[in-house]
Amino acid sequence: MLAEKDAPVFIALDAWPVSNKKSPDDSDFSALLRVFGLMNINSILYSPPSPVYRMIIRELAERDEAARRDRKVVPIDCETRTFFHDIPVLDEITPEKIAAALSKRKSAITKDGAIISYGVVTPEQAFVSFSSTCFSLSVKYFYDSLLYLEGCYKRKSPPEEAFIKKFLEISSASAPVLPGNESPRLIPGPPETVDEIMEMLAQAGRAVVENRLVDSYFGNISYIEGGLIHISQTGSSLDELEGCIDSVPLDGSSSVGITASSELSAHKGIHALTGANAILHAHPRFPVIMSLLCEKEASCPNRGFFCHKACPEKRYAAGIPVVPGEIGTGPSGLSNTVPPAVARHGAAIVYGHGVFTCGSNSFQGPFDRLMETEKACRHDYLELVKKYLSAFDVKGDFI
Amino acid sequence: MGKSLRVDLSRGEIQVLETPAAICGEFLGGRGAGVAMVAGSIFTEAWDSPRMPIVFATGPLVGTAAPTSGRMSVVSRSPLTGTVFDCSVGGRFGTELKKAGFDFIEITGQSDKWVWLDIGNGHARIEDASALQGKGTGETGLLLGKGSTAVTGIAGENGVRYASIVFDGHYLAGRGGLGAVMGAKRLKAIRVFSGGEGKKVIVADPDGLRKAREEIMRLLRASQAVFGEFGLAEFGTTALVDLIHARKMEPTHNFRKTLFSGSSNYSGYAMKARYRPKKTGCAGCPVLCKKISFEGVPLPEYETVSHFGALNGIDSLEAIVEANRLCNEYGIDAISAASTIACYSEINGVKPAPEEVSALLRRIALRDGDAGRALAEGSYRYALSMGRPELSMSVKGLELPAYDPRGAYGMALAYATSNRGGCHLRAYPVSHEILRKPVATDRFSFEGKARIIKIAEDLNAAVDSLTACKFVFFAAGLEEYARAVSAVTGKEQNVQSLLRTGERIWDLEHKLNAMNGFTKDDDDLPARFFEEEGTGIIHTKKGTLTVPPIDRDAFLAARENYYTIRGYL
Repeated sequence: MLAEKDAPVFIALDAWPVSNKKSPDDSDFSALLRVFGLMNINSILYSPPSPVYRMIIRELAERDEAARRDRKVVPIDCETRTFFHDIPVLDEITPEKIAAALSKRKSAITKDGAIISYGVVTPEQAFVSFSSTCFSLSVKYFYDSLLYLEGCYKRKSPPEEAFIKKFLEISSASAPVLPGNESPRLIPGPPETVDEIMEMLAQAGRAVVENRLVDSYFGNISYIEGGLIHISQTGSSLDELEGCIDSVPLDGSSSVGITASSELSAHKGIHALTGANAILHAHPRFPVIMSLLCEKEASCPNRGFFCHKACPEKRYAAGIPVVPGEIGTGPSGLSNTVPPAVARHGAAIVYGHGVFTCGSNSFQGPFDRLMETEKACRHDYLELVKKYLSAFDVKGDFI
Repeated sequence: MGKSLRVDLSRGEIQVLETPAAICGEFLGGRGAGVAMVAGSIFTEAWDSPRMPIVFATGPLVGTAAPTSGRMSVVSRSPLTGTVFDCSVGGRFGTELKKAGFDFIEITGQSDKWVWLDIGNGHARIEDASALQGKGTGETGLLLGKGSTAVTGIAGENGVRYASIVFDGHYLAGRGGLGAVMGAKRLKAIRVFSGGEGKKVIVADPDGLRKAREEIMRLLRASQAVFGEFGLAEFGTTALVDLIHARKMEPTHNFRKTLFSGSSNYSGYAMKARYRPKKTGCAGCPVLCKKISFEGVPLPEYETVSHFGALNGIDSLEAIVEANRLCNEYGIDAISAASTIACYSEINGVKPAPEEVSALLRRIALRDGDAGRALAEGSYRYALSMGRPELSMSVKGLELPAYDPRGAYGMALAYATSNRGGCHLRAYPVSHEILRKPVATDRFSFEGKARIIKIAEDLNAAVDSLTACKFVFFAAGLEEYARAVSAVTGKEQNVQSLLRTGERIWDLEHKLNAMNGFTKDDDDLPARFFEEEGTGIIHTKKGTLTVPPIDRDAFLAARENYYTIRGYL
């Protein structure tokens, strides 16, 4: 749940506006409606997100260095790096301020913890940007917090009390947005017909979303059988895959795969090197956070510039290799880096991005491995936090 | 701002002027600037009037490191549609023109003999083209020697209403007959050669441009549609053949059907296997979607293979490649030519064999005989002359490209509202309805499409004026290009300021068309699409069914919404 039921104000405009709110007297509604006069868009969404994200946004807006200096937050996860660039902070909610911020970026946050986003092609874009903002900011908050605590530990300088108080509050409030402990039971396989393959893909995709192992609804999934790779289409929601699977010949004899997931080549590469025919890619939060953590944070001259493209170090999170790799097929594309790593370890984490797992004949194995990876990374994160805080005799209820 | 050329072919005079800063400020460059420059003549002058200008306009990104910065626009009044008309064109001409020190060329007048225009570093002169008359575009380009060339072929010389201008041998200002406008002025060709030592475009913020370029390149590399293994970089636009076939929206037999069993013969894969193409492309482009065979033969794009293929019932790849070669050599728009021949076939109840198609293309280019003369007028005038105007698959006289609107309702609306006639590139809904970029929309619904189309029309007007390539926008967005153009010009732009410029350009084009008598009645599709089913089974929210005809009431309601949003009521 990214926001409470009645919190969002959403307006979509074709020739005439439609909204989930019916009171034009409401000041938020009126301000948002007037944004349409300033921007060529077809929808706008304003909402305080669920409590944990709201706390994170307030904390970042108030304490983050770039937010204080430039009124923008700069997460470093893949989603932000590729699509968001940065997220502006609004001190006032006026149509002009909203339009000025959204004319340059896909979403903005307010200092009191709300998110504003919009759609140009479809209203769904506003919701996607909203949920991706939640994900990016939470990754940033937990990662930055870990770095801060590590710094305090190394300097033997106690963390600020206000920070600790807020960190404990946010940590203990995080449970509703994190994966649970139980893996669902998936279709055992192997499937015997294409219809059964489609059913298996749809079920596994839904399970990934329902178990909160992706940011937004995105990730990708494939099953290989009979010379075809059946793979989720680009931009498809993993919980609504019916009708959104491309069946692409492995021999390249048809270009229908032009609408397939941008990770098609990585999936094919994994299959080629491992023989696995069930492949899953998702964005569980703590593997993404832990993939950013580097022992050479302070000493590496390339830190921040090449980590996601060409990090030469052999790195692991929870025993799983962390590899560089940009989305897609370029020279630094993850289609080149992921398959060899998965071949050696059965799974791989892409720096700042997400996890690939694979198995045979069913998605149970890949799903369980995904879940285990999330749990193991979360465990490692908490162990570090405990270690750093215990030096200052701080205890608390963590995530 | 740099310099621009004003050429009067009647007087044989050339002026070098300051590039009009006000036009660039208001309309960026490219299409927008060109439309503004011809606006004063569109209402008063016929396409072949000596006073009707033809403008070649670069954009602010041309000659810079911005990806796909090598494009430019050609603008005049269309002989085919009568509308104001622009073509975005690639190749090297725009970059070379900028290097020679010029932003725009505005040409008026009519020479009393065939001439060509030779442009060098900071200067230009008019040369005798008697020796070039009657020659094909390829040979003409070779005879002009070094540099980049824009050539009208035999079709343009003969006033074929859909004659193209061929740049650098195989990049086309293809649609709308602007080659005939050059022909009417007796301007056979333009060559621009900066000598390799031309001017460097001054960039206000090189570091800002570098960052914008990195962002655009990152998004391009992440795009399956562009750099994926089935993307444009690998297969060119023929990557779409299999996809459009699978979506059952393949215009077949003059749009009587929407599925053609022989299309795998000319798919991107088939083309690659048969011709082992080399990658090439426009100056400044990292994608290189243009394909040339290992023997050096330019290979056809998606629209050409589909229209000479499915639309005319031809499944021979070699025959289609030959038809494409002839269109390039004669200087004819392949979409209009193939569609006009398909219309001719339906009206006459014939099915031309591949060699007959080649013969017809030659007769059209030469206006040879009754058929050649009739078909050189385009499908609408031809069908009207035969008493069957409903069989011209065109909007405002411009033949529809290779996306059947029964398979994509945003495309249906965009064809109708397009201010240059039946064109897929004004709003380019193929991007979201078929390629799922930037997000997928329901292709069998008009819901929300009016505003989507309006915004996309504005966006593409801005893109054509920057001048960038639409294919980049499968991956990057105006957000990134706003940063690029801000860095180049030093004038801050953002998504919304560019969209407002796009809207200004669109509104001007609409106003010019309205002044020339175009009304709501012209914003419509051929009746066939509302009355006849397509072919093949599709899966929609309404269930599994044969491709249905478009619901006319729903179409009209969406069109009304569009007018409301535009403020055209």
